Amino acid sequence: MTPTLQVVLVVSTALFSAGLLAALSRRHAIFILIGIEMMLAAANLNFIAFWRFSPQPQPPTGVMIVIFSIAIAAAEAAVGLALVIAVYRHYRTTSVDHFDQLKG
Amino acid sequence: MIDHLWLIPAVPFAASLVILSLPNRRRTSAATLAVAGQIGALAMSVFAFLSTLQAPGLRTVQNFTWFTFGDNALRLGWLLDPLAAAMLMMITLVGFCIFVFSKGYMAGDKNFVRFFAYLSFFSGAMLGLVISNSLLLLFICWELVGLASYLLIGFWIERPSAAAAAKKAFITTRIGDMGFFLGLLWLYGRSGTLLFYDGGNGCLESAGLAMLGATVTSIALLIFCGAMGKSGQFPLHVWLPDAMEGPTPVSALIHAATMVAAGVFLVARVYPIFSLGAINGVTSSLIVVVWIGVTTALMAAVIAIAQADIKRILAYSTVSQLGLMMVSLGVGGVAAGIMHLLAHGFFKSLLFLGSGSVIHGCHGEQDIRKMGGLRRLMPITFSTYAIGMMALSGVPLFFSGGWTKEEILHVTAHWPVSRLPYFLLLIGVVLTALYMTRQIIYVFFGDRHAGSQHAHESSRVMTLPLIVLAISAISFSVVLTPAWPWLHDYLTDESAHFAFPRLIQPTLFLSLVLVGMGFALGIWIYRKAGVQDRGRAAETDPLEFAQPKLFRFLENKMWIDELYARTVIAFSWMSARFSDWMDRNFWDRLVRGFGGIGQQFGILTASVDERGINAGVDETSVGTRGLGRLMSAAHSGQIQTYLGVIAIGLLALLLFYAWLA
Repeated sequence: MTPTLQVVLVVSTALFSAGLLAALSRRHAIFILIGIEMMLAAANLNFIAFWRFSPQPQPPTGVMIVIFSIAIAAAEAAVGLALVIAVYRHYRTTSVDHFDQLKG
Repeated sequence: MIDHLWLIPAVPFAASLVILSLPNRRRTSAATLAVAGQIGALAMSVFAFLSTLQAPGLRTVQNFTWFTFGDNALRLGWLLDPLAAAMLMMITLVGFCIFVFSKGYMAGDKNFVRFFAYLSFFSGAMLGLVISNSLLLLFICWELVGLASYLLIGFWIERPSAAAAAKKAFITTRIGDMGFFLGLLWLYGRSGTLLFYDGGNGCLESAGLAMLGATVTSIALLIFCGAMGKSGQFPLHVWLPDAMEGPTPVSALIHAATMVAAGVFLVARVYPIFSLGAINGVTSSLIVVVWIGVTTALMAAVIAIAQADIKRILAYSTVSQLGLMMVSLGVGGVAAGIMHLLAHGFFKSLLFLGSGSVIHGCHGEQDIRKMGGLRRLMPITFSTYAIGMMALSGVPLFFSGGWTKEEILHVTAHWPVSRLPYFLLLIGVVLTALYMTRQIIYVFFGDRHAGSQHAHESSRVMTLPLIVLAISAISFSVVLTPAWPWLHDYLTDESAHFAFPRLIQPTLFLSLVLVGMGFALGIWIYRKAGVQDRGRAAETDPLEFAQPKLFRFLENKMWIDELYARTVIAFSWMSARFSDWMDRNFWDRLVRGFGGIGQQFGILTASVDERGINAGVDETSVGTRGLGRLMSAAHSGQIQTYLGVIAIGLLALLLFYAWLA
């Protein structure tokens, strides 16, 4: 079975949905972070797919953007993990249910 | 000279300011400064006078712009002409003598420094008055001399009578000045300038006079009101006798020689306004001047006969002589009037200083009935006083007053309107000789009374000015005689020439007879006045003995003060009371009524505010708070709830776009 654009999009949609589900339903902060990473991966997959199935795919462009995106996602994951550690030190827990100090 | 003319008034002014800043104990410096200022003014006046001699009929002016409003420039200026120069000479010379005299007379006064400051201030203002080339500048100086007069009459502020006299003088002259000011404004309105001479455009020159038209009589009479107030003309003469409450040098300088003559000077200065459109030298305004002058001259002379205060007699005599000058101006004898003014300045200040010397010698006694026999005790004062008395009475040939009085009688005799003023003035001459004889007999002859028991001759500083003024009163007649009428021709821009035959005039004999009559009458009536033990009280005046009612009438100044108190002053009191009543009962209530309306309106607005607006605002805030509580419930702080809402919103948006497509 040759991969077509539709197949790739379906896969990325599934990946995004799984990420969203994780981000919304898990209570552990690290799992939420993982969910967010999954949604980012789905977005990157879409970038690659639209580049790959465009009429004249030029070699570096799509890949370059995705590599940049992954690099930024890595930085973001580092910041996220640091936040989780800081919050944990403060609250002595990683469950997001307890992080409600910003409520109105 | 004209460029530096302003220095003449400025020097005494500056001296006055410096003296005013001196402490009270620097008596010698104050007197020295004041006399030095006067000498400076005298020296510069001599220069100014000499410069007018070089060119006969010279009239130099210097005008400058005071300030500009819109297109109009208000200009003032200085003027040097024979009239101003002659006045300058008289004022500075008499002023100098009086300043020196004051040094002795006021020696014991605790406010010596203040006295000289005021005196210098007066001198500066008076000198400024005579050299003004603008009616406005003249008016300013006119008010300044009025202020100086007020301050000096009330110099002994601790005396209630002095304070009252000062107030009376100020208010009475102010009535006249009101008319003067109105005349000034009217003149400005018509002619557009207040400069006297301005290269043909001044208000006394043909172009300016032409613009006055028919209003000229009213303007002249309004200006004359000011002259009446200042020169003590009937009916505004009442302040001048009371002004004798001031120190005697003040009476001599201000209320005899200079300031009171300012009214005469004013009329002479603006004479073109008075004489505009004259037919045969007569205008309606000049007729008024003549009759006012005659009334004043005669009335004051009559009142003087029954006065007991040595200075009051002289004051009424001054009023009478000023009336005489006004008559002279009114009948067209401007030069004669000014000549009499100048001569009067010398001999009347001499008489006043002499009376000051007498009062000083008698330790403050002023009642002539309590003096007597001073002839031997005060020889210098007596002889100089006698010279002054003869000059005032108009003894012909040797005394300045005689020549000028004859000149006035001469011009009055030829007045085309009526001969009556002439005859009335003749009576006035007799009366003048009479009251002066009375005074001399009471003061210097007869026995000594209580007041003159310990009298003494005054010190050199006081007798020297008397001698100088006495010499002036005699020697001044050199330039007055008809044989060589130098002063007359100097004032009227003619060249004097000597003609001995003119010396003997018919009026000479006439006045000789009249004055002789006055003297004889006086000696006959009062021969026993100063002598005690005659079977009646020495204080009783012979006239009072013969005519008690008439004497009482004259002694009380013809009840004019009382008349004013009953009429003008009573009316002013009544209107003041009425205004007060209106204020309390009408206006006050009206204002309070309006206030009440405001108050009620305030209460109304307050309740609207409380119940309407305030409640509305309260409700709004309650609502806002509830809404806020509602909204804040959505902010749970649960990050996953937010994320879920965002996801649902995104999904809804996607579905909406899909449905649209």
